[in-house]
Amino acid sequence: MECVFGLVGKGFALVVADASAVHSILLHKSNEDKIMILDSHKLMGASGEAGDRAQFTEYIQKNVALYQFRNGIPLTTAAAANFTRGELATALRKSPYFVNIILAGYDKETGPSLYYIDYIASMHKVDKAAFGYGSYFSLAMMDRHYHSNMTLEEAIDLVDKCIIEIRSRLVVAPPNFIIKIVDQDGAREYGWRKSINDDHISAA
Amino acid sequence: MSIFEYNGSALVAMVGKNCFAIASDRRLGVQLQTIATDFQRIYKIHENLFIGLSGLATDAQTLYQRLVFRHKLYQLREERNMKPETFASLVSAILYEKRFGPYFCQPVIAGLGDDNKPFICTMDSIGAKELAKDFVVAGTASESLYGACEAMFKPDMEAEELFETLSQALLSSVDRDCLSGWGGHVYVV
Repeated sequence: MECVFGLVGKGFALVVADASAVHSILLHKSNEDKIMILDSHKLMGASGEAGDRAQFTEYIQKNVALYQFRNGIPLTTAAAANFTRGELATALRKSPYFVNIILAGYDKETGPSLYYIDYIASMHKVDKAAFGYGSYFSLAMMDRHYHSNMTLEEAIDLVDKCIIEIRSRLVVAPPNFIIKIVDQDGAREYGWRKSINDDHISAA
Repeated sequence: MSIFEYNGSALVAMVGKNCFAIASDRRLGVQLQTIATDFQRIYKIHENLFIGLSGLATDAQTLYQRLVFRHKLYQLREERNMKPETFASLVSAILYEKRFGPYFCQPVIAGLGDDNKPFICTMDSIGAKELAKDFVVAGTASESLYGACEAMFKPDMEAEELFETLSQALLSSVDRDCLSGWGGHVYVV
């Protein structure tokens, strides 16, 4: 099952997601990128139904860009989170998106922030969040080791601890994980944690 | 599990001597898993009017946004704040609009009316108002809350005593409910 989690550190926020594209018992690929870069300083990690995930995150990304074109300034993380919640809430009683979202962003005035948005559009600003079966392990690990204002080294160490826990204790543990970071220098890929390397097979 | 018990919540409001207090728990959960321990369930509409929304968190957030919108429009048109009784009727009407596809929320409204007369009421998810002179409760811990409030309530308490009574009633009730807890927020006006 899909594992997405995230945490806030000193001046940065991390989002980690598994990289498996699964259909019933078949693993199609294990280098799927589930963390969408919304704009220069926002990341959106998503888990849930595959089609909804790709479609909804792209929709949010394009609308965030549209706002910037129309108004000349980018949305704040809180505004983007509220917009996302609004879209999910409006669709909820018509044709719901089955996507759980962890939205991380960095604003110059307020620093890094992380938003937990459920597929039924419950939103909350948090310091650490996780979705999926992996959340039982990563949340527990983060509850134990997380403290506010962690340095990047400490945070990556905690992320690795969570990944090790998921790999060793979840029966359908995903083999590969992608880590993305957002800080004052922007949103970018930080690294991969691979136990199956299929890069030589062309990625979609 | 019922949709009202998906996120877990506990809300209670009590009347005192020219004052009221409203309290909620702080847990946001997804069934058995706790997501956050600092979730806000009570919202300020204006200085003398608070609404707490128990039940499904997403509907509580949506409903709160709609109510704030309606109240701001009211303030622009009437150039004054809404009375608590009026606001309760507004909430009831908005909930009944969705009679056959309701918001899964139970509001608790607490406010000070004219002459600082405290007003509290609760309603079910389709807007059936229940006014009370002493206390109202809502949420997954409501049965425990009824018991605790009935035992601890005294009429005409001053603000400090009201705060103590309400806090103790809330904490002892949520301790018996696994879906709510992790502390409480108490507002005394």
